[in-house]
Amino acid sequence: MAGQTHEHPNYMAIFWWLLGLTILEVMVPTLITASVPKVILLVGMAVTKATLVAMYFMHLKFEKGLVKVIALTPMVICGFLLFMLMPDLSWRWITG
Amino acid sequence: MSQVATAGYAAVDKYETPLTPDSWGKLGMWVFLAGDAMSFGALLATYGAIRFGAANWPNPTETLGIMLTAVMTFLLICSSVTMVKSLAAMQEGDRQGCIKFLAMTIAGGVIFLGLQAFEWSHLIGEGMKLAENAFIIDASGSVVGHYHEGLELAAGQMRASSLFGTTFFMTTGFHGLHVFSGVIYLTVILLKVMRGDYSPEDPNGIEIVGLYWHFVDLVWILVFTFVYLV
Repeated sequence: MAGQTHEHPNYMAIFWWLLGLTILEVMVPTLITASVPKVILLVGMAVTKATLVAMYFMHLKFEKGLVKVIALTPMVICGFLLFMLMPDLSWRWITG
Repeated sequence: MSQVATAGYAAVDKYETPLTPDSWGKLGMWVFLAGDAMSFGALLATYGAIRFGAANWPNPTETLGIMLTAVMTFLLICSSVTMVKSLAAMQEGDRQGCIKFLAMTIAGGVIFLGLQAFEWSHLIGEGMKLAENAFIIDASGSVVGHYHEGLELAAGQMRASSLFGTTFFMTTGFHGLHVFSGVIYLTVILLKVMRGDYSPEDPNGIEIVGLYWHFVDLVWILVFTFVYLV
């Protein structure tokens, strides 16, 4: 079977990105009180951090297509779960 | 190796396709992690749905306190770095370096668990339980007092949702269980490395435990954001 052929990513660069984003995340709730921009910013930063961990620490960037498909599957299913919860959540939002 | 076994390997190589993974063990771990990710996805989606529908949800950033959990997040990020350094050390033939970085990763996990136990003890002491809590909140969600039998609530005050503790303890507890399992798994791999298992040509077991550990870090990034910050 084929062996590992990719170079090591710059792990310390990923570490500094993760640390910087974590510091920003901790600051956001005190700096931004409006809920919608706060949630968008926080979720955006969390997804960025999770992507960095998956792509570089878990080496997903260098994996074959099959592994990428396996890794994407739960995201699609969780997205579907959220979609299915939307009618209930929207109804509660509308009716207060 | 027997002839049957050799023939088996030859057959695998013959039918290797672009989809054949570099390591079947790694593929197995990815499949396990995909299933586990769905468990966490369901927990977080449930948390979101419950919280969105509750008018009496305490402000988590104020109620739970985020400085300690920010330190815990930092610890897990550091332990992910030591984990990849451990794998890189073995790939470069540096067994002692691999042992050193694996031990540091385990230490990160143990300290994380200790801090989580401290946090849970503190919150339980504040009156937060699995099925109820003593928090009294105002309209903004800030905790303004603790409920006790016979207390009259002032105008604009309400008791916090009993599900606040349920979702918190279930989600962080499920993750903590993963960290605990990870520490045991890492310790087993560390002992194997010390025994002389694995080599620069075959560091597969270290890479597989690394996948698990990075997944635990990845999930904490999401739990920290959704449960503590949003």
